[in-house]
Amino acid sequence: MKLQGYEHATPDRLDTTFAALADPTRRAILARLASGEASVAELAKPFSMTQPAISKHLRVLERAGLISRGRDAQRRPRKLEAKPLGEANQWLERYREFWEENFKRLDALLDELKAAGKKRRPR
Amino acid sequence: MKNTGTLQVSLPNDREILMTRVFDAPRDLVFDAFTRPELLKRWFGPRGWTLDVCEVDYQVGGGFRFVLRGPNGAQIGMRGVYREIVLPERSVHMESFDDYPGESQVTGIFKENDGKSTLTITVSYPSKEVRDVVLKSGMEHGAAETYDRLAEMLAERGKTAEVA
Repeated sequence: MKLQGYEHATPDRLDTTFAALADPTRRAILARLASGEASVAELAKPFSMTQPAISKHLRVLERAGLISRGRDAQRRPRKLEAKPLGEANQWLERYREFWEENFKRLDALLDELKAAGKKRRPR
Repeated sequence: MKNTGTLQVSLPNDREILMTRVFDAPRDLVFDAFTRPELLKRWFGPRGWTLDVCEVDYQVGGGFRFVLRGPNGAQIGMRGVYREIVLPERSVHMESFDDYPGESQVTGIFKENDGKSTLTITVSYPSKEVRDVVLKSGMEHGAAETYDRLAEMLAERGKTAEVA
């Protein structure tokens, strides 16, 4: 079933976001950036990875619009971009809302069936 | 409605999505509402859509065929085969959509306590690859899974990053 309201985030954007989030290291980088911006060197340290390896992950995150570069020209710190993440959370919430809406109709139907008593139950 | 808002969505592992919901009715009624066409037609589908085609051959090995019609001639077709039926406790079927690749297994477990029923639905993809194809096509199941991970990650805000 397709969700309504899907157009809020374009499919292309979602694809890119999904791909970027599919990697545990990249999710950990985002978690780190959630507590404040950090330079490539600062990011590389806790991950025991080389800076080029971290830079590769950062490029993927940057392309997905999940992070951007801060103002400091020397450190070139990376920071978290809220918008795609917000869209991502909205997606999950929409999934829940979609089913909840269905289930509310089902609640009403079940009330009706209960009131009608245990009639026919062929099968 | 008393149980409005009791729907929970979670992710038991890489391939699955899990939903739990309480209904204020005995489970045989809930079970019927999920398996009988005349009842399914009254609640199943997005708002503004009707379940125009609802053919159900409810037996192990039997199939179902749904066509939902929405605004501006939009149409969603889905089909599947029933794998396991234990009345009125458990129902397992395979499910796929006409316009999207990938097949998922859907397991419904109906439990009753004090006249209320707790329904647990698990949607499982056969592999990460299939899930990723579904995910890429924008289907909500795969999307929700990835995004739930994201929600977990955000819940960990402020913690020192670790390599997973």
